[in-house]
Amino acid sequence: MTLASTHTVLPNGPRLIGRISDFLWKHPHVLLAVLLGPPVLWLGVIYLGSLFALLLQSFFSIDDFSGLINYEFTLATYRQLLSDANFDIIVRTVLMAATVTLFSALIAFPIAYYAARYAKGKWKAVFYLGVMLPLWSSYLVKIYAWKLILAKEGILTWAFTKLNLLWLLDGWLSLPIIGGNSLSVSYTGTFLVFVYVWMPFMILPIQAALERVPANLIEASSDLGGNPGQTFRHVLFPLALPGIVAGSIFTFSLTLGDYIIPQIVGSSRLFIGQAVYAQQGTAGNIPLAAAFTVVPIVIMGLYLWMAKRMGAFDAL
Amino acid sequence: MTAAVLFENVSRHFGTVKAVDAVDLEIAAGEFFAMLGPSGSGKTTCLRLMAGFEQPTDGHIEIFGETAEGVPPYRRSVNTVFQDYALFPHLSILDNVAYGLMVKGIGRQERRKAAEDALAMVKLPGYGQRKPGQLSGGQRQRVALARALVNKPKVLLLDEPLGALDLKLREQMQEELKSLQKSLGITFVFVTHDQGEALSMADRIAVFNDGKIQQLGTPEDIYQRPQTRFVADFVGSSNILSSATCARLGVPAAAASLRPEAIAIGTSWAEQLTLPGIVTARSFLGAVNRVSVDCDGEKIIVASPAAMPVPDIGAQVQLAFSRNDLHLMEVA
Repeated sequence: MTLASTHTVLPNGPRLIGRISDFLWKHPHVLLAVLLGPPVLWLGVIYLGSLFALLLQSFFSIDDFSGLINYEFTLATYRQLLSDANFDIIVRTVLMAATVTLFSALIAFPIAYYAARYAKGKWKAVFYLGVMLPLWSSYLVKIYAWKLILAKEGILTWAFTKLNLLWLLDGWLSLPIIGGNSLSVSYTGTFLVFVYVWMPFMILPIQAALERVPANLIEASSDLGGNPGQTFRHVLFPLALPGIVAGSIFTFSLTLGDYIIPQIVGSSRLFIGQAVYAQQGTAGNIPLAAAFTVVPIVIMGLYLWMAKRMGAFDAL
Repeated sequence: MTAAVLFENVSRHFGTVKAVDAVDLEIAAGEFFAMLGPSGSGKTTCLRLMAGFEQPTDGHIEIFGETAEGVPPYRRSVNTVFQDYALFPHLSILDNVAYGLMVKGIGRQERRKAAEDALAMVKLPGYGQRKPGQLSGGQRQRVALARALVNKPKVLLLDEPLGALDLKLREQMQEELKSLQKSLGITFVFVTHDQGEALSMADRIAVFNDGKIQQLGTPEDIYQRPQTRFVADFVGSSNILSSATCARLGVPAAAASLRPEAIAIGTSWAEQLTLPGIVTARSFLGAVNRVSVDCDGEKIIVASPAAMPVPDIGAQVQLAFSRNDLHLMEVA
C-alpha cells in the first residue's frame, strides 16, 4: 500500500500542470473565461459584427448614374424596398414561408409524436436515420432530383396518368397563382421542395419537446376526464409548443432566405433571397440588398415576440 | 351492497411477465384499502387496472357494479393521485385543480369556485396563481390531492403519494389523508411499499407478491397473524421459527412467526414458553433495544423496551413469550 502510506494530502502532479490545475480549481471564473473567450469573440465581433456592418449598408444609397455607393444616412433605400415590385417579393416570400411552416408542422407532428412516444431501440435508430439521411446528401442534387420528379415528363405525372388521376393534377395546375404549366414551374412545386428540404428541422425540435413531456401528464389528463382531443389541446400541444416554435423558426427563416430552390423549381418570379442575390451581384446595389436582408430579421423578431406574447415559451 | 371495486380472476401479462396473476379482490364502498408489497409485486399494475391505464389480459373488473374493462380512463369516475403528482407544469395551480371540471365543460366561475374550495380543503388557500414549479413537494402533493378530489370521484386511487416526502411531513399527511377519507366517505385505494404506512392508515390491507395477493385482512390480522413466511417477513420483521425450534417448544408446526416485541428477556411466568440462548449483538434504537439472541443455531431478534436492562454480548439469557403470540404457519 504505497498510496495510502504517510500523506493525507497527496503531492501535486507534474509541477507546471499541477499548478495550473490547482489555480483553475481555485478560480473557476478564470477557467470559464478561458473557455468562453474565443467563441464569444467570434460570435460578437466576427459573426454579429459583420451582420451589423451589412445592415448599416441599408441606410446608405446608391447613385443611379455612377453606380457608386453614397455613404450618407438616408431612408431612400427603404423607400425603394417598399415600392410595388419589391414589396410583392416580400409578400410572396412571407406567404410561402408561412405556408411551408404550417404544412411542415402538420406533417412533422405525427412523425415526431410516434418517435417520442412509441419508437424504442431499433425503431428509434430507424427514425433518426430516416430523418437525417436526406441531410447527408447534397442539397443541390436533391433539388435537381425534385425538378425531374415534378417535371411534365417526370414520375409524378406518369403516376397520376397510370392511376387515371391526371385530371386531378391538371385541375390543380389550372388554378390561378399556385398552378402553372407543370409542377416544376409552379409555386406548388416550390412549396413541395421547401417542405421536403426543411422537414428534418421541424421534426427534430418537436420530437425533442415531446420527449420531455412525462407520460404521466397524458395519463393525468385522461384520468381527470380529458378525452384524447382535449388532452392534445390542453396538455400535449401547449407542452410541445416550444418545440413547434423552434422548428418553425428554422423552416420560416430558411424559406425566407433561400435563393436556390425558387430559382430551380418554380416560376420566374423572385423571392427575397433571389432579390438579395441579384441586387448585390449583377445590379451592384449593396444598400438595397442589405435592406432586403433586414426584412427576414424584422419578421422573425415580430414572430418571436408574438409567440412569446401568446405563451409559447411558458412551458420551457 | 355493491363493492366499490371488484376483481374476478384478473390477470395482466406483459409478454411473459405476469405482473398481475389471477387476482380476486373486493373493496367495499367507503373503505380505506391499502395494497402493500415490494416493487414489482403487481400492486401498482392493479391500481392502473382500476384507473383504466391498463386493460386486463384476462378476468373481469367492476367499479360500483359496472363493467370496467374496455372503458377508457376519461369515462371512469375514478381519480388518481400520481406518485410524482403529475401536475401540469404550464398551468397555474388553480387551473391544475380545475382541469377535470374544465374538460367536463363546467363554466369558468363555477369551476374556479370549486377549485378554490378544494385548495382550501387541502390547506392551500390563495395558492391558485402560482405555478407547480414554485411549490414544495408537500404542497404539490396537496395540489394533486385537491385536483383529484374536486371531481368528487367514486374511488380515489393513490399511488405511493407520500413516497417523496420526508418523515415528519409523511406522518402529518398520513393523519390528514385518514381524516379526509373519513369525512368525505370516498373509497380510497392506496398503494405503498411502506408497511408502517399501510398498517397505520388502512381499514384493510392486501399484501402482494409476484402478482398475487399473499394475504388480505385488517392491519391487526396481517401483523399479528401472517399466513405465509413472505407476509411475516415483509410486514414488520418477524422471527420465523423453524420446525425444530417449534418441536423444542412443544408446539409441532412447519414454522411459526414470533414478533420481536412479544418476547421478554429473563422474566417468565407460568404458562409461558421459554427458550435459552446467548446474546450475539445489541443496538439502541431509541424506544427499544434490538437484541439478537442465538438459540441453538436459531437467530431470534428481540425488541426490548429501552427501560429494561440490556444483557451484555455473550450473556446467557432466557427468552420468554406467550403461546398466543406464537403464530403457527402451515408452510415453511
